[in-house]
Amino acid sequence: MDALRIRDDFPILRRTVHGKPLIYLDSAATSQKPEVVIDAESDFYRLHNAAAHRGSHALAEEATACYEGARQRIADFVGAPAFELVFTRSATDSINLIAHGFLAATDHARQGRSADRRFVLNPGDSIVITEMEHHANLVPWQELCAKTGATLRWVSVDPSGRLRTEELDELVDASTRLVSWTHASNVLGHVVDPRPFVQAAAKSGAVTILDACQSIPHMPVTLPSLGVDFAVWSAHKMLGPTGIGFLWGRSELLNALPAVDTGGSMIGKVTMQGSTYLDAPARFEPGVPPMAQAVAAAAAVEYLSSVGMSEVFAHVSALASDAAQRLHAIDGVSVLGSPEDAPAIGVSFTVDGIHPHDVGQLLDADGIAVRVGHHCAWPLMQALGVPATVRASFSVYSTADEVAALVDSVMRCQEFFRLRTAGNGSSRTTGQVTSQVTSQVTGTVAT
Amino acid sequence: MYQDTILDYYAHPVGKGLSDSFDVEVHHINTSCGDEITLRATMADGAIESVTWDGVGCSISMASMSIVAEMATGKPAQHFTAALTEFTTLMDGQGAMNADEQLLGEAVAFVGVAKFPARVKCALLGWKALEDAVNQMNGGSHE
Repeated sequence: MDALRIRDDFPILRRTVHGKPLIYLDSAATSQKPEVVIDAESDFYRLHNAAAHRGSHALAEEATACYEGARQRIADFVGAPAFELVFTRSATDSINLIAHGFLAATDHARQGRSADRRFVLNPGDSIVITEMEHHANLVPWQELCAKTGATLRWVSVDPSGRLRTEELDELVDASTRLVSWTHASNVLGHVVDPRPFVQAAAKSGAVTILDACQSIPHMPVTLPSLGVDFAVWSAHKMLGPTGIGFLWGRSELLNALPAVDTGGSMIGKVTMQGSTYLDAPARFEPGVPPMAQAVAAAAAVEYLSSVGMSEVFAHVSALASDAAQRLHAIDGVSVLGSPEDAPAIGVSFTVDGIHPHDVGQLLDADGIAVRVGHHCAWPLMQALGVPATVRASFSVYSTADEVAALVDSVMRCQEFFRLRTAGNGSSRTTGQVTSQVTSQVTGTVAT
Repeated sequence: MYQDTILDYYAHPVGKGLSDSFDVEVHHINTSCGDEITLRATMADGAIESVTWDGVGCSISMASMSIVAEMATGKPAQHFTAALTEFTTLMDGQGAMNADEQLLGEAVAFVGVAKFPARVKCALLGWKALEDAVNQMNGGSHE
């Protein structure tokens, strides 16, 4: 895999930030887009735009073919049949769709209507997640528990950042209706083995959900072989467009989940007295769908496939472990995560005495984009005992030179703070004396 | 952005360490980045008598809190309120010195922060915490 050649495909990588070449190390937040994805989206509007699944004119047929062709292409990418792939607004939306399905089934059961008992929650039932989850795989379950009387349980994280999966034995019991966990940590950057979760959930027949937002963009994943019931991820983290996410589900379970959002194109027959609904995926896709986004997402999948997902993983994980080693070697820098969990998609770190926001600001002055903060995983921050971290994350276009630039910039950042906040009690003058030196390393922020 | 005054107050905080005696305690969080400040204050005869605080956050939020604590202590609450208005104007100024430097005192050092919209809320955290405390003390919602 030739990252330098790949970079030519990403127009944004040609721009500068604060007069420096952009070094984009925030791909776990959102990836950049290759020209073919940008073209696919605009070509849909230029050439084929019409409302899919409606009308019989030529453009309507083309739009339908584009949209359903995209579904087939993306389903192929994860080894699933197209009828098991639902287009949503985002991965967050996908999780909420399932959560709201549980709530609807629970309401139906309480009203004496028919409901699939796998989705019915009663007080005393439990939902099991982990302390490592993104807020998107935590807050919807807190809400669902509050509304149904179910209890939220979680696999804890030890201070080193290791998931205590051995707790699953006790956490998952006959009361457990749902187990949901991440396939790769958006903070620590390592891949989580789904097997202990799948095995534990099997004991009680609990529904399982895999948050694959950080795995599918970077590694080969065949969803039906993992033993999970549902998986969620989004297009924008895998070189695709914003505004579209994915929900994969085992067909039988997907069709047992109540429809939550209703309206046009998800119905079977409608009368003033009532309506019937289609099977998945149409069942969960009311309204004119995000056709241009689906087509662009399929182009992203095509692009990744042409690189090869094993190649992508080898490239990204090599950069992550290189970054982890080089950052770890800097005195005063701590790389987060358990030594047992090799960083695969990115690396989180802290710098002694310098808040991550200040690190991020100084890196930005060097043209380096990293994520700083709690990464929408506040409970994980608490478990690790840090208020926030700096995260550098990688994609196909990231290079070893960029890792080297990151390491250099972090060291300059330490030097800047060491000189400017020297704890001698008279640093107000010290700062002025050293400002000439520091202005060289801080560029635009020193003003 | 990182003027000497800011880094100075970051390295040598003022009012840090919560006092046991206080009229009101407030807790403010920067939800997007997780910065937190707990602030305790006392007021007598319309003047802010003491401001103590504890918190975690970046140099901008921590230095700003120190400067506010130093500036407000021993002065009429109206002085703080007027300075807050000026500081808010400064933070809206996108880097222009558009506010009363006299009233702002050391807080003029934050002028560069206003060029970075994502950091404005860091600079405002301590000010908003003290504003909340002063409002509560004026409103008598404490015992």
